[in-house]
Amino acid sequence: MSPHAPASADAPAAAPAIPPLRIGAFTLRSRLVVGTGKYRDHPSMQAAIDASGADCVTVAVRRERLVDAQGRSILDFLPLDRITILPNTAGCFTAEDAVRVSRLGREILEQLGNPGAGWVKLEVLGDRTTLLPDPVGTIEACRELVADGFTVLCYSSDDPIVAARLRDAGAASVMPAGSPIGSGRGIANPAAIRLVIDRLKLADQGGSADYPVIVDAGVGTASDVVHAMELGADGVLLNTGIAHAQDPVRMAHAMRLALDAGWHAARSGRIPRKLYANASSPWEGVITHIPGE
Amino acid sequence: MRIQLNGQPRDLEAATTVADLVRAIGLDGAPCAVEVNARLVRRADRASVPLADGDRVEVVTLVGGG
Repeated sequence: MSPHAPASADAPAAAPAIPPLRIGAFTLRSRLVVGTGKYRDHPSMQAAIDASGADCVTVAVRRERLVDAQGRSILDFLPLDRITILPNTAGCFTAEDAVRVSRLGREILEQLGNPGAGWVKLEVLGDRTTLLPDPVGTIEACRELVADGFTVLCYSSDDPIVAARLRDAGAASVMPAGSPIGSGRGIANPAAIRLVIDRLKLADQGGSADYPVIVDAGVGTASDVVHAMELGADGVLLNTGIAHAQDPVRMAHAMRLALDAGWHAARSGRIPRKLYANASSPWEGVITHIPGE
Repeated sequence: MRIQLNGQPRDLEAATTVADLVRAIGLDGAPCAVEVNARLVRRADRASVPLADGDRVEVVTLVGGG
């Protein structure tokens, strides 16, 4: 114990354990999934992933740089025995390309013997400036990939109807965007995210409580993670919020703590919002003059 | 013969297979995936798939992304 701590200060009781996140046949200890892009260098990425506590990271599929083959691979900086790689189809604008890229990712992960060979984070994007998903292309690619044996996690807009269509197309998880990729705007439309979550998880809307919904994209800081979890998300996927923070390792810690905070808050029955105050100290026994009384 | 390798022209001897090409660019044994004309060629099949003039070959790997 620190010499400055009061003698009676015991450590607070531990919070209830947070159960693992199940997506199809996959089980993740951490509900925070992090991207591996945009870091200053590979060691910074490695340190931030470590601090985030994530046991699943997403990676992209790109051409080998044949002119610079001696550059070290990202794979040298990922603990492949401890984490599941989630290959993504970032950069795909058609269902056809997303299916191609998914198969290429699977081929590489099979060579590595990583369980991530069995799944994919499906992105079929609408345009390069918003990077918002093309719902029609995403549904089409999802069907094809599910038929090909993939566990498909679908990046989606925050539209509850599209989300249900993706689930019906066989998606193992729907991942609505909080706001555009890399925008740092957090949960731009909390009501829409809530509608997506309810649609997929509430029995009276045809959902199932154990269907995983992961908020993906737009997270700028820890409060955005808390917000997503308080809305009822099962997890959060983020990249830029950590990678481009001035101190990525410290922000990764913050995101990890925020996820836990949001998880517990969501299950604690928050108080209703009220316009007027509600005193925490009793009125009975006040010795003061109360204005207007 | 001439193929397109990752978007760049490359001249190859006749009867070069996918496995020969991967070895020639120093990626034999490296984690990578190969497509010929937008179709995946699995690692086990590389030695039995010959390349032809005009083929479009992509050799890809995993990189940082989100």
